[in-house]
Amino acid sequence: MSAMTDVPAVPIAFKRNAREALADPQLRRNFRGAMDFLMDKRRVQFPDGDELERLRAFGNRVRARALSKLPELLERLDANLSRNGVKVHWAETVEEANAIVHRIVEQHAAKKVIKGKSMVSEEMEMNHYLGERGVDCLESDMGEFIVQLREEKPSHIIMPAIHLNVGQVASLFHDKLEVDYTEDVDRLIQIGRETLRRNFFEADIGVSGVNFAVAETGTLLLVENEGNGRMSTTVPPVHIAVTGIEKVVENLRDVIPLLSLLTRSATGQAITTYVNMISGPRKADELDGPQEVHLVLLDNGRSQAFADGELRQTLNCIRCGACMNHCPVYTRIGGHAYGTVYPGPIGKIVTPHMLGLDTTRDLPTASSMCGACGEVCPVKIPIPALLRRLREEAVRAPEAVPHHMRGQGSKYSKKEAMLWKAWRKLNTSPALYRAFSFAGTRLSALMPSNIGPWTEHRSAPKPAARSLHELAREHLGED
Amino acid sequence: MSHASSVAPNATRTAPAIEPPRQYPDKPADVFLFGTCVLDLFFPDAGMDAIRLLEREGIRVHFPQAQSCCGQPAYTSGYTDEARVVARAQLALFAGDWPVVVPSGSCAGMFRHHYFELFKDEPQTLKQVESLAARTFELAEFLLNVCRVQLHDSGAPVKVALHTSCSARREMNTHVHGRALLGQLAAVERVDHDHESECCGFGGAFSVRMPDISGAMVKDKTAALKGSGAAEVVSADCGCLLNINGCFEKQGERLRGEHLASFLLRRTGGHKGDGR
Repeated sequence: MSAMTDVPAVPIAFKRNAREALADPQLRRNFRGAMDFLMDKRRVQFPDGDELERLRAFGNRVRARALSKLPELLERLDANLSRNGVKVHWAETVEEANAIVHRIVEQHAAKKVIKGKSMVSEEMEMNHYLGERGVDCLESDMGEFIVQLREEKPSHIIMPAIHLNVGQVASLFHDKLEVDYTEDVDRLIQIGRETLRRNFFEADIGVSGVNFAVAETGTLLLVENEGNGRMSTTVPPVHIAVTGIEKVVENLRDVIPLLSLLTRSATGQAITTYVNMISGPRKADELDGPQEVHLVLLDNGRSQAFADGELRQTLNCIRCGACMNHCPVYTRIGGHAYGTVYPGPIGKIVTPHMLGLDTTRDLPTASSMCGACGEVCPVKIPIPALLRRLREEAVRAPEAVPHHMRGQGSKYSKKEAMLWKAWRKLNTSPALYRAFSFAGTRLSALMPSNIGPWTEHRSAPKPAARSLHELAREHLGED
Repeated sequence: MSHASSVAPNATRTAPAIEPPRQYPDKPADVFLFGTCVLDLFFPDAGMDAIRLLEREGIRVHFPQAQSCCGQPAYTSGYTDEARVVARAQLALFAGDWPVVVPSGSCAGMFRHHYFELFKDEPQTLKQVESLAARTFELAEFLLNVCRVQLHDSGAPVKVALHTSCSARREMNTHVHGRALLGQLAAVERVDHDHESECCGFGGAFSVRMPDISGAMVKDKTAALKGSGAAEVVSADCGCLLNINGCFEKQGERLRGEHLASFLLRRTGGHKGDGR
């Protein structure tokens, strides 16, 4: 995850990862079961299809309005947060964001950081960065805690440990926390909470993400179910929130439909157990809360998406994860195979802006374009259309247009371009098409029975004896 | 269908409001048939059966011999310029007032939805696109809502599973139309299959670019179809049929998917196509 350099990008080994994941029956069972469960939970929350469509259109408009005045809203957010006593920092790259966090850590001579769940901190690889500098970061979200104990990355943006079943967590706790082996879920959660609890009080700094940053009031909204978010943001003396620049909304009332769409789409909840609204550090007459609150606003490629009217829709995302829950590809390979912080359909459209189309070259093509993601997206991101657009950027001839996407043209191949030219010729010259289909149907016996990847799982398709063109000509005459 | 055309390059897009239900015209005297490229070479019988179903309704079918492909393979692969050239050729061929009936939901969806994006910078062409989109019907939709067919089943009792392609389902509602037509057949019991709305893994070039994932998907789909207890599998999308049937065959299964047009004609006393 490095900034723009001249070093050639190393593509993520997506196909290899996917093949390994597909061969793991435990992983396949865990994901299929978990995704079926999440799809059912969401379905129950939206019993009325028309109502859902109206809500999605509303959510889309709220997000589009916020993005249409993004620079202005960010400035207003900065001004209002500052007025509330929150220190606002701007970071173009993850390196800058990490340096900002580290500077705050150093100012307080902090040794221990406790973290609520934050995908942007994953984007920054903050744990690793601070760890290398002698600062201990502990994840306090149960899923993140489990993943951290296993020295893994999250496999889902909402449910980081969704790739594991109870038995795997039981073994992990038994090994790492030295407790008796138990598959009692309530007991396991208790064990986790007891381990985490004392850490909230020992931590020098709490780190969290942000779900919505409200420009009008200078408020940071954070939803969660475990209370660890509230603990992380109120118990330690310093709170650092990290978020992407797209998370800003204009007004407090904009949050209401988005919040409802978010929790219902993500976990099938009408509302989360906790909704935190953070509007500044502890005031003189208040009993609790941090003495200092910081917000780090991270770009990391988002402004590249913003610059293009179509790709800008990527930034509508409110990170509910419904697209991955409903994705037939994600369901089969899980989150780790993507090799990115954000997996699944949203990962395929957002990561190219962060890492470049060269590093992520296989991601946009790893979709059958079935459209399930776009259908469930609560803010109507046309994910298949954006995937198609990224494919177009990836195969664009390097000399054709000026580069405006990092890694543009990285999948361009002269051979493939020639093939599509030939395809175009074939499909626009009737005589050629007629000759081709004549040959294809008459010589079908010569068709090889092994045609590469297709025949690994299927027999080779056999052309009919005569094409529909011929049959129709016979039946209807030349038209 | 006015999206794309009027959007400035850097404007922030908002999704269109909920589309009103489609209004259907009266049954016409003439229609075009767009045969689609996969059907042309691999399922020509289904195309002929579609023609016979339409003729049985007293409609004259026109099949422009210069037709080829809707452009979707290049379009979804990111070769937009090549797709546009091929799309332009089809636009010219299917000009006029006659409805265009397409025995494949995803190709119909290409005409109805994606040509707008392809020609968004050409206001003159967009008029033709609008006309084509308004006149394009997937076969089942056309039989059901324009011809208002009443099918009389003459076959033996049978359990049937219906697979609808994803783009057909999402862009053209073909699952609704397919189910309604099968529902008219007295001795046909339509059975659901596990994860029915999930993709079969075809996705055009996806099936060869990502063979492992695509293979896992089609294996699950064939297992679900088999597990449904259906004796026959019906679908109105030839890409899916190519994929599903290829997988059945590779597994040594007896079951094969049949195009909806062929199934409907066969069940209602018509004769099967004579392509083979």
